[in-house]
Amino acid sequence: MSLKEKDYMAREELQSLQLKRLKETVERAYHLVPFYRRKFDEAGIKPSDIRSLEDLKRLPFTTKQDLRDNYPFGLFAVPLEQVVRIHSSSGTTGKPTVVGYTRHDLNVWTKVMVRTYLMADVNEKDIVHNAYGYGLFTGGLGFHYGAEAIGASVVPASGGFTKRQLMLMKDFGATVLCCTPSFALHLAEVAKEEGYNLKEDFKLRAGFFGAEPASKALKETVAEEWGIQYVEAYGLSEIIGPGVAASCKHGNLHVFEDHFIPEVIDPETGEVLPDGEEGELVLTTLTKQALPMIRYRTKDITVIHREPCPCGRTILYIESIKGRADDMLIVNGVNVFPSQVEHVITKVEGVTPNYVIVVDKKGVLDKLEVWVEVDENILKNGVGTLERLQRKLEDELLNNLYINAKVKLVEPKTLERSMGKAKRIVDRRQLEGGR
Amino acid sequence: MRGKFAVKQISVFLENRRGRLVDVARALSEAEVNIRALFLADSSEFGILRLVVNNPEKARAVLSAEGFAANETDVFAVEVEDKPGGFYRVVKTLSENGIDVEYTYAFAGASNRAILFFKVPDSEFDRALELLSKEGHKLVEATEFYT
Repeated sequence: MSLKEKDYMAREELQSLQLKRLKETVERAYHLVPFYRRKFDEAGIKPSDIRSLEDLKRLPFTTKQDLRDNYPFGLFAVPLEQVVRIHSSSGTTGKPTVVGYTRHDLNVWTKVMVRTYLMADVNEKDIVHNAYGYGLFTGGLGFHYGAEAIGASVVPASGGFTKRQLMLMKDFGATVLCCTPSFALHLAEVAKEEGYNLKEDFKLRAGFFGAEPASKALKETVAEEWGIQYVEAYGLSEIIGPGVAASCKHGNLHVFEDHFIPEVIDPETGEVLPDGEEGELVLTTLTKQALPMIRYRTKDITVIHREPCPCGRTILYIESIKGRADDMLIVNGVNVFPSQVEHVITKVEGVTPNYVIVVDKKGVLDKLEVWVEVDENILKNGVGTLERLQRKLEDELLNNLYINAKVKLVEPKTLERSMGKAKRIVDRRQLEGGR
Repeated sequence: MRGKFAVKQISVFLENRRGRLVDVARALSEAEVNIRALFLADSSEFGILRLVVNNPEKARAVLSAEGFAANETDVFAVEVEDKPGGFYRVVKTLSENGIDVEYTYAFAGASNRAILFFKVPDSEFDRALELLSKEGHKLVEATEFYT
């Protein structure tokens, strides 16, 4: 069976493969990782209790905190001799989370990355410009080895040096771009400033974007500006890195189910939600040796769909990540996802998609400001037009998100441009000990 | 007429922050762009600076490179006598013919003449030029401001 055919397996065949692999994973986790054995024992469940896929929900969750508590290698299920690669998060919010891979795990990773690339039929003729950061972050090497396995020519550009990247993309004739959606937009902006014609000077035909949530409108902007097929690549290092799911030509984010079982739960109660309902994505690895993850809580908010996709793949798909549960802002009791704010902003003419959300306290109440960069095309009109634009944005935010936000128009390039993940939120409430 | 009399005005978006006006002035000064006329409209949080300069292309490029949101807009210029009623005669013509003035500004030049700049809706631009010219007002050619 070719790699691509795995996406089109008969459901019964896929489910029996999943069950076989789930049993193996649970068995290994229980016997090889003291943490899992303790958790299973506490929950009163044994590996032999897993008789069907339905039984998965009886297993306890694993969280990022569990990884931190067992820093660095406490959750590894193999001796270090068998670990051939270690990646780690930056650890800006505490101890970093450390993940390990055996040679088998790296092969699995490469296979799911190949299947990611096949969403846009990437082949040996393609030139893949990989602007994900190389290093401890899984993005760079994940995309690198997948493209190399296909036989494409990989340019390991890594992050930063925007102008130089553009020169290489043009001179080498890159056909595929891999980076975060915000960096893709940043590249487009700088390219225009430098006088490039995005569609004539570059040969890009597809892009693989991930590592941060992006609104539908931002995706459309990136796809249109560059004139490319936008493939969303979803993943997280705790599970494997990029390669957990990727979007087909119909925009559906297919999960590589023969390696990862997705569930959606109510983040409050932990209960599994039926298909079609929104909640927190929980993932279980089926083929990872070094770091088996059982019911890992991703904090990502999504919806599972099992109805057939027009692309013909039989593996299920999830909705584009609506936001990180931990990115979620609570403003005067209302849940706000930055991607929702972004969606409103990209719909309104006169501003660019660059924005920052600033939350502060005003007395006992939360005060929300959205800073947006103006589009120069609107300047030919009077000051009144800009004031109306401000009010329109405020009205749209209120109508769509039920929040009273103050919109502030700012000069271009005043908002911090990240080379990696965009910083969209400045929460000043914590700084003052407000909560 | 438009080609001859449309003056390229530069509009610059400014946040109300100390030093932003100086930054614009410095950038233009260093690029040796000469400001022929200017007008600053403001709200409580931002302003739009309107400039007529001797080299609009250069001014816009310099300001964009400095990170300002800058744009070009067509305005036209009318020369009047620098005495009571000069401005009135021009706006009267426009008003009587139903042409809205979006904004206007002026400077008093040498030898008893004043220059008025007008921004009208784009769809009315040509009609405004024809009317003023027909009514005997003196339109100023754009090249007079450029070097």
